[in-house]
Amino acid sequence: MNYNWNWGIFFQPNPMGTGTYLDMLLSGLVLTLKTGALAWIIALITGSIVGVMRTLPSKGAYWFGFAYVEFFRNMPLLVQLFLWFFVLPEVLPRSAGLWLKQLPNAPFWTAAIGIGFFMSARVAVQLHAGIGSLPRGQKMAATALGLTTLQAYRYILLPMAFRIILPPLTSEFLNTIKNTAVAITIGLLELTGQARSMQEFSFQVFEAFTAATILYLLVNAVVVTAMRFLERWIAIPGYITGK
Amino acid sequence: MKHFRSIGLALAATFAVGQAGAEELTGTLKNIKDTGAITLGFRDSSIPFSYLDDNQKPIGYAMDICYKIVDAVKKELKLDKLEVKLNPVTSATRIPLMANGTIDLECGSTTNNAERQKQVAFTNTHYLTASRYVFKKSSGLKAIDDLKGKSVVSTAGTTNIKQLTEANVAKSLGANIIPAKDHAEAFLMVETDRAVAFVMDDILLASLVAGSKSPDDYVISKDAFSKPEPYGIMLRKDDAAFKKVVDAATAALYTSGEGQKIYDKWFTQKIPPKGLNLNTPISAELKNEFAKPTDSPNPDDYK
Repeated sequence: MNYNWNWGIFFQPNPMGTGTYLDMLLSGLVLTLKTGALAWIIALITGSIVGVMRTLPSKGAYWFGFAYVEFFRNMPLLVQLFLWFFVLPEVLPRSAGLWLKQLPNAPFWTAAIGIGFFMSARVAVQLHAGIGSLPRGQKMAATALGLTTLQAYRYILLPMAFRIILPPLTSEFLNTIKNTAVAITIGLLELTGQARSMQEFSFQVFEAFTAATILYLLVNAVVVTAMRFLERWIAIPGYITGK
Repeated sequence: MKHFRSIGLALAATFAVGQAGAEELTGTLKNIKDTGAITLGFRDSSIPFSYLDDNQKPIGYAMDICYKIVDAVKKELKLDKLEVKLNPVTSATRIPLMANGTIDLECGSTTNNAERQKQVAFTNTHYLTASRYVFKKSSGLKAIDDLKGKSVVSTAGTTNIKQLTEANVAKSLGANIIPAKDHAEAFLMVETDRAVAFVMDDILLASLVAGSKSPDDYVISKDAFSKPEPYGIMLRKDDAAFKKVVDAATAALYTSGEGQKIYDKWFTQKIPPKGLNLNTPISAELKNEFAKPTDSPNPDDYK
């Protein structure tokens, strides 16, 4: 292969005048972390609500949860972001659409919310499965103790179910971070976006993407380690997930 | 990678010794002779430089030039027939595919600049384009200063977004610069009023406008963010023998007046598949360059 390797490129000034190429990648990393964190918060909250709804006795709640999950899970994330960013403002009333378009940092908010909703469908499925895996007797026993449905979920079902699904949730968290790369399609210059800019400016494509890969791996290693600690910290001896 | 190259050189040297007395070909030329094929990299939507027609066949201004280069290579190597392979490239894949030998020439609209010459080589300039912006006629943003405080879009990683950023600081425009993934998406941002202007190479703007739903709604600015910058056909670096053949072929094409004919075919007449006419007669700068072909990356050399 006839490629001119230049690892020193990271310490050369970038043509945007914002420091070195490394600074450019790091600013992308910060944006990736921000987007990933906000998306994960949205995914966890919305996903938990929808997941619980799918297990409730109410038919209406079940169908809502079912429709929500199928809607967000069955469309490619890339398409969803495109719809949120380009199509939604066009179908809204003109003034609302215009407000949405002129929102500062519109790509960031669209990406965080869009990825958040997409991942929430996956969290909902996990939680649904987690609650479903609990013995039916648990809910009955809670009712027998005189707990309301809300209390049964709050004190018995959810603490158990969340502990069971914590390992798969770690994967979903990692997926959320990786999925932020799709935000490049709506002009968010996160880590992948900056790596692409770097290769366009300097033509040092392999260096740019090697650095991006390493940064993604580092971030994900931190997340995995943190989640391991969390798992150990909340484990209850004697339970399915306890030691 | 250095190792690979020295192994390659050693092998090349061995072969050269092996067939001592025969022509000593190296690099791309040797490869073309051995395989009887040359591979052109083309872009699928770089109108009118290199794009797909309705039969999914790559056509365009840069493609025509590349075919002329192929003829010259065939003649140089005294081959009876030379197979032309076509390989699609994008801005993200053109460097890896060039470096690993998949493509021998990239026929598109790639800006030739000093930074990129550290990685690849370019043959004589085939087009000169300046950074301008497109806006809706209704918004009336004639001068660059009219962009003050507005949302302006450009494509991420292009020299254009760099020039826009510099102008934003130098002229204290306070514009909100939005990077877009590609040209189509950037143009969509102007079409949907997300941005008031799209800064890009003027010829690409002209082709986007010509292909839009209502070409009459858009205007391309007279004000430019840069001097005209050169586009070149890209080839591998450090392959002097091949570059010599390619340079000679393009120089002959441009100085003979045939280059001008090919230019007119793509820029001043209706082009397939939709019969668009870009209405862009040759500029004085490019005319000068055609008289004295050069591969210089420096915009100042094109006066």
